[in-house]
Amino acid sequence: MKFTLSWLKEHLETDASLEQIVETMVEVGLEVEEVENPKERLVAFTIGEVLHAEKHPDADKLRVCKVATKDGEKQIVCGAPNARAGIKIAYAPVGAYVPGIDVTLSKAKIRGVESFGMMCSAREMEMGDDHDGILEAPTDAKVGDPIADWLGANDPVIDFEVTPNRPDTNGVNGVARDLAAAGLGKLITPTPNPTKGDFACAQKIGLHFDDDTKNACPAFAGRLINGVKNGPSPQWLQDKLRAIGLRPINALVDITNYMSYDRARPLHVYDADKLKGEIHARLGKTGETYLALDGKEYEADETMTVIADDNGVLGFGGIMGGEVTGCTEETQNVFIECAYFDPLRTAKTGRKTGIASDARYRFERGVDPDFVLPGLELATQLVLDCCGGSASEVELAGEIPTFEETVLFPPTEVNRLTGMNVSPERCEEILTALGFTVRKSDPWQVDVPPWRPDVGGKADLVEEITRIVGFDNLPTATLPQNRAVEPSKLTAAQERRMRARRALAAHGLSEAVTWSFTDERHAALFCDGPNWLKAKGLILANPIASDLSAMRPSILPNLIAALQRNADRGRDNLALFEVAPIYQGDQPTEQATAATGVRLSHPPRHWQGGENTADVFVAKADAMVALAAAGTPMQSLQTTSDAPAWFHPGRSGVLRLGPNVLGHFGEIHPRVLKAMDVDGPVMGFEIFLDNIPSGKKKATKTRPALNASELLPLSRDFAFVVSEDVAGEALVKAVKGAEKKMIADVSLFDIYQGKGVPEGKKSVAIEVLIQPRDKTLTDDEIEAISKRIVAQVEKATGGVLRA
Amino acid sequence: MSDIENLERDLIAKVDAADDEAAVEAVRVAALGKKGAVSERMKTLGKMSPEERKEMGPALNGLKTRVAAAIEAKKAALEEIALEARLASEKVDVTLPIKPVSNGKIHPVSQVFEEMIAIFSAMGFDVAEGPDIEDDFHNFTALNFPADHPAREMHDTFFFEPKEDDSRMLLRTHTSPVQIRTMMTQKPPIRIIIPGRTFRCDSDQTHTPMFHQVEGLVIDKQTHMGHLKGTLEAFAKAFFEVDNVKTRFRPHFFPFTEPSAEMDIGYERVGNEIRMGEGEKWMEILGCGMVHANVLKHCGLDPDEYQGFAFGMGVDRLAMLKYGIPDLRDFFAADARWLEHYGFDPLDQPNLATGLSR
Repeated sequence: MKFTLSWLKEHLETDASLEQIVETMVEVGLEVEEVENPKERLVAFTIGEVLHAEKHPDADKLRVCKVATKDGEKQIVCGAPNARAGIKIAYAPVGAYVPGIDVTLSKAKIRGVESFGMMCSAREMEMGDDHDGILEAPTDAKVGDPIADWLGANDPVIDFEVTPNRPDTNGVNGVARDLAAAGLGKLITPTPNPTKGDFACAQKIGLHFDDDTKNACPAFAGRLINGVKNGPSPQWLQDKLRAIGLRPINALVDITNYMSYDRARPLHVYDADKLKGEIHARLGKTGETYLALDGKEYEADETMTVIADDNGVLGFGGIMGGEVTGCTEETQNVFIECAYFDPLRTAKTGRKTGIASDARYRFERGVDPDFVLPGLELATQLVLDCCGGSASEVELAGEIPTFEETVLFPPTEVNRLTGMNVSPERCEEILTALGFTVRKSDPWQVDVPPWRPDVGGKADLVEEITRIVGFDNLPTATLPQNRAVEPSKLTAAQERRMRARRALAAHGLSEAVTWSFTDERHAALFCDGPNWLKAKGLILANPIASDLSAMRPSILPNLIAALQRNADRGRDNLALFEVAPIYQGDQPTEQATAATGVRLSHPPRHWQGGENTADVFVAKADAMVALAAAGTPMQSLQTTSDAPAWFHPGRSGVLRLGPNVLGHFGEIHPRVLKAMDVDGPVMGFEIFLDNIPSGKKKATKTRPALNASELLPLSRDFAFVVSEDVAGEALVKAVKGAEKKMIADVSLFDIYQGKGVPEGKKSVAIEVLIQPRDKTLTDDEIEAISKRIVAQVEKATGGVLRA
Repeated sequence: MSDIENLERDLIAKVDAADDEAAVEAVRVAALGKKGAVSERMKTLGKMSPEERKEMGPALNGLKTRVAAAIEAKKAALEEIALEARLASEKVDVTLPIKPVSNGKIHPVSQVFEEMIAIFSAMGFDVAEGPDIEDDFHNFTALNFPADHPAREMHDTFFFEPKEDDSRMLLRTHTSPVQIRTMMTQKPPIRIIIPGRTFRCDSDQTHTPMFHQVEGLVIDKQTHMGHLKGTLEAFAKAFFEVDNVKTRFRPHFFPFTEPSAEMDIGYERVGNEIRMGEGEKWMEILGCGMVHANVLKHCGLDPDEYQGFAFGMGVDRLAMLKYGIPDLRDFFAADARWLEHYGFDPLDQPNLATGLSR
């Protein structure tokens, strides 16, 4: 919302400076976004006087002028027909920027005659459309004065944010009221004088609603003004509108715009001769259409309030009128409508039609119902002043809705909610200045003015008082300390995330943060397909982009796409991870947290050689780093080979605790990469942090005693021939199970297939570390353990000791 | 006696002449072995008369000791020579590069979340969370956004397709729904912060469709706006790690708080750098206020008995301000160059004892 300083001063008598006004606006909650002073744009232009003008020796239409300026006498060549001796003009020196022609002036030679600077037209200074000649300033202007002073351009424009709770500040008078209450001056908004009708209003008006919808438009007032002469509005009105960025159209339209900004009171003026029969408000009917003032055709329906006559819909009530009944330069008789439209219905219609108008903006936030009739009178006055004519009596259909809101308010509430001490006298003074009526019973009864539909409770009045007193006066208090030292604040789930994140970063992966939504086609590759996404309610109705329309069931597609984007920039050796939400449905319980990582591996060669490229076991290691950091009981962790379909079927696995799946890892399926247009191979893993069991809260921090044997451990190697489909993990587990007390470690160090090993079998070599506990083992005892190991392996896997 | 001297001379000469370990060992066996020259002589002591033995005993023992010592010395010298030779052959070019160790980084959003958690946990706040996919009640209605009210248009909301009963889920536009979820399940006193992802259907240079907020909520029987001011001022000082941060509270409007305010902090821009606590300019960093009576009522709390404040701030924006990160959109692009430049070492876990950041 914009207004000029001089406009404000029509409502506020004040000596305050612009700076004070702006500062006070911010303090009372009217957030100033910009202050623009046209004077600053015009600072280069000053008054000059043409002393002498004669025809250019070589050009009929040019004149060579001697001009008195702030820089002394200058010779300026000018093409304007009105350039003549004796006039005061707008002088722009060499070096000045002339906005209207987008030129910075330099010394010039025009047809052989030197010219120092320029005499400007209004349009060249962007101060209007006048370009018939150079601007002529009043003769009493002094040479060297800023031109802005003589153009009425010394009027700063203030732009501020109107919050949805303050419809009254959509009018300049509302701003003035706040500033007056804050002590910046006196509110002097004039009360409109009623115009006595010269004749009865021949235009019939009506309201056609059922009882349950009549609040759509409870009051519809209007009057005729006959014999008007429409045309350009007076200069003061054009200047006002232009200053706040509105284009003057004609007097009648300009008056309605002015009313919207001066008093937050939209109204509509019809060409009365184009109306047929009764003009009335009613609900629309599906299929009805009208051509609106924005040149577009709109269709009404049964939820919308329309204004109509016998010809049909003329406009949407409180939103936008129609082209057909609009006023033109030829209009002679007009009907002024001033009505009250229900905010919610107006908002709904506005959203449905997409029309954004000043009228809708005001009605949907709520206009002052008490100002319906005074608003009509003010508009009448303006039309009569600007366009002449004579007014009929006022017609009113329906009743002005009564606004009755009384808040029971103990003034102690200010201290309870803000800690500020404001005397009851000061509270009353502020409320009164803002238009509230205070009745000092116990508690106070405070009547809310009709232009403040936002106020309905005690806290609202606390805000009114404290914002005028100023938030600077709030005390600074510290929340009471509950405990001398605060205990830990994170839930187990939060801690798991933090630890997984730092462990993965320490392990060499960089953390990314990517959108929670992703390309639907990509998402479908990492779940049970597009129908599953739809059935689970994971498709957005209004995505920001068509390729960001599905909530991600997995972080993998986002990270894989990120790998490719980096590779496209030449970065094809990269490991990324993200610890963040994934979505299995639209219910709160269906959101999970995943720790997910990917690697695209093209490591540089190294002089020590060796295979550095990431493979499925690197992905497994990444996954286990995250699992361990997040508190998984790693000794119970199992690996199975039934990873989901988006992994390579032979190079992927699932990490689980029995039936509880903690995550999966492996090489991403080549078909998936192809569908995503990604050059692989890509290794990835995904850990479901919420599935990790929370360790039991221990009663004590005491650790179990160290059980370190004094005896030397000894190691034995075994090679087993097993069927090639026997899982390595099963074999290691069998060995460990053979002697739980003394087998301290089992490491699998070789797998061999080929000569010496039968077809379909493999030889697996392991090293077993045996830690004697109570006494040194005899050869017989060691032999017994070995036998148990061999037996256990045979029982579990069918493997035999390699000969 | 000259016999013994000759033998010693002979043996010492042989030790000196031995030039590897095997030769030294051969000398040792020949002299001190079971049948060695010295050992054989020692055996003759038993047959001697006491007088002879008294003379020859010390002489032979002396011989044995000196020969043994010579052999040991020779062995040590040979070992030393062998070690020198091995070491000389084992020289490498230590300037060669090691196998590369890749260093991962923590994303600034995670880092700043943890910084905020460190600050607020010291002030007694717990950390609460809630779902990203919300319903209308928690995101709007319970937060005192009336149906169809223009205040809802302040939030460009992402919606899901309507369900059969015409209800539709949405992506939360702020972390405030977790206020409702907390107040409906937990009795005051409540002192929480709520970090999380938030979503608005908006995209330009300063807006991304997803961003991060930290919400705060304090509900008890005495917390007022002065506590709000004190808490947020303390936060600003701790977060920006600048003692003289200037703050300003301005009245504003949020449907779920009354009175409502925005907090500005004073700053100055020097080149690309933003300096907090200096200069005359103000920048809005968060919205806050006293929890609206209607919100308390929606959660079954009596607004005449319970009161408190709420605040919400944009985490990404605060990260940009603190660490001078120019463009919001880069946060979500997963560009390795950006992550490595603006990311944090995983060892730099924010805590108040070491200072929040290095």
